[in-house]
Amino acid sequence: MALAQAPASEAPRPGLSDFIDRHLGWFTLGPAIVLLVLLTIYPIVNLVLMAGSTINFQQGHEIWKFSLWSNLATLLHDGIFGVALRNTAIYAAISVAVEMVLGLGLAILVSSMRRGKGILRTLLIVPILLPPVAIGSMWKLMYSFDFGVLNQIVTGVGLQPVNWLGSTSLALMSVIIVDVWHWTPFVFLILFAAVEGLPSEVIEAARIDGAGTWSIVFKIIIPLLKPAIVVAALFRMILAFKVFDEIFLLTSGGPGNATEVVSLHLYQVFFEQNQLGYGAMMSVAIIAATVVFIWIGHRVSSAMGRL
Amino acid sequence: MLVLRGYSRIVGILLLALGVFIIVAPFLWVAMQSFKYEIQILQGTWFTMPTLYNYIDVLWSQRSDFMTNVANSMIVATSSTICVLLVGTLAAYSLSRLKWKRWIAAVFLGWTLIFNMIPPLTLVGPWFLIFREIGLYQTLFALTLTHITLNLPMTVWMMMAYFNELPKDIEEAAMVDGCRRIDAFWRIALPLVRPGLIAAGVLAFVFSWNEFAVALNLTGRATATVPVAIAQFSQQYEVQNGQMAAASILSTIPALLLMFFGQRFIVQGLTMGAVK
Repeated sequence: MALAQAPASEAPRPGLSDFIDRHLGWFTLGPAIVLLVLLTIYPIVNLVLMAGSTINFQQGHEIWKFSLWSNLATLLHDGIFGVALRNTAIYAAISVAVEMVLGLGLAILVSSMRRGKGILRTLLIVPILLPPVAIGSMWKLMYSFDFGVLNQIVTGVGLQPVNWLGSTSLALMSVIIVDVWHWTPFVFLILFAAVEGLPSEVIEAARIDGAGTWSIVFKIIIPLLKPAIVVAALFRMILAFKVFDEIFLLTSGGPGNATEVVSLHLYQVFFEQNQLGYGAMMSVAIIAATVVFIWIGHRVSSAMGRL
Repeated sequence: MLVLRGYSRIVGILLLALGVFIIVAPFLWVAMQSFKYEIQILQGTWFTMPTLYNYIDVLWSQRSDFMTNVANSMIVATSSTICVLLVGTLAAYSLSRLKWKRWIAAVFLGWTLIFNMIPPLTLVGPWFLIFREIGLYQTLFALTLTHITLNLPMTVWMMMAYFNELPKDIEEAAMVDGCRRIDAFWRIALPLVRPGLIAAGVLAFVFSWNEFAVALNLTGRATATVPVAIAQFSQQYEVQNGQMAAASILSTIPALLLMFFGQRFIVQGLTMGAVK
């Protein structure tokens, strides 16, 4: 109807939709802003207040006491937080590196197949959307010392059973293996789409000029994929940094602190030790570090863009 | 594309077969365990008469709240998906088409980026205090609100990518003909980004269904979602492995269904942001 009318004939027509149309900016962006202010900005303001306090519950009432300095001191002397940061860094570095190599290999291999690409892709990306908690409990069964399938294989070939999750030296590797199983498919999916989008003339031309398979892969495909590789690696780094669910299920940080990661430590401080104040102090530190990290990344990438 | 010949082709096929096996085998092994009695699992017996005991026990026994957990997850995932699509699509259209000052768009998008990068557990503490204060602690409503917020950045970016791909000319032509901006959005732009809506909706639903860290801390016994229930199965004093396997397999059903029927949209959604 509105399409048929001439602009002049629809001067001020009262009505709700006209009112909305005149203020469309606020009606469209407004809800998102309200949501973000109420559920992210306001909680972070709260977090800053909490970070300077000790909060106790007495008969269901919150008792707030000022203790900024002691919370700061706790942060600086929290050895477990240091261990958690280190484990998270190791976890992210190794799992992302392995996922990138395996995902890239799979992407190039699948795209080199003449048929069956669709079904291969379907099978290879199954883990991406499974609940991380289910993945954790599935692998917990497989890692079981007594009856897990991995130890059945290990003892089947005549070796001693391996204590996958219970030994301090192996536990972090074991949770990294689960991460690799979960997320290599994601890297594969991103890079497969990128490989399929490459211009095939370039590769054919190289082939005609006598380039071998390896030199095509390393000198043509990988350089052309660089933007997609960078994006996939960044995505994965962010997710690896936030990891919680699988490790909570598999080891809960143990044995000792062998698989303690940042999110898990936050959970323990907030909800197991009920140290809301100190947990908030740690959260503020993590958020501040994230913002600085993004800012540096932004500066670096725009500087590289200018070169 | 790259064409492999001779030996390298055979090696490639073998490597791919190995890859597919490693991806699929864990799932199949756990599914096998879910059809065994506890004693058979503990003995590591490979070939047994399948039993539905674990599934029946998880779904219908007196001790198990799994049906409630499924209902809770369904309610939260469905309502948060609808809301995040609404809020996120409007915001994306706004940023893509309306003339916002540069700094407003930059602050909005920058903040969603930062929020998406920080671990959700940093905010669960204040969420806990706030919801406790206003009496929403351990309600499905509070959990739904947090899930809308967590999925908002992804939805906004994804829908912005779809709106930015639409040529502006169609809407502008309609507006020259006297169509209001709101009609241009509702009747022209929105129908054209339907694939984007489906992709974002499917992903938001799955992420909400899977979400654990927030649900663990903001729900109570009556409002626990499926991931929380699965975690409890594995944290019990005497772990019931068969039931843990059965509950895990059950929890993957929505994702698997969406993967097989809506794969085109999921793949489009997941790769769009990365490749563009």
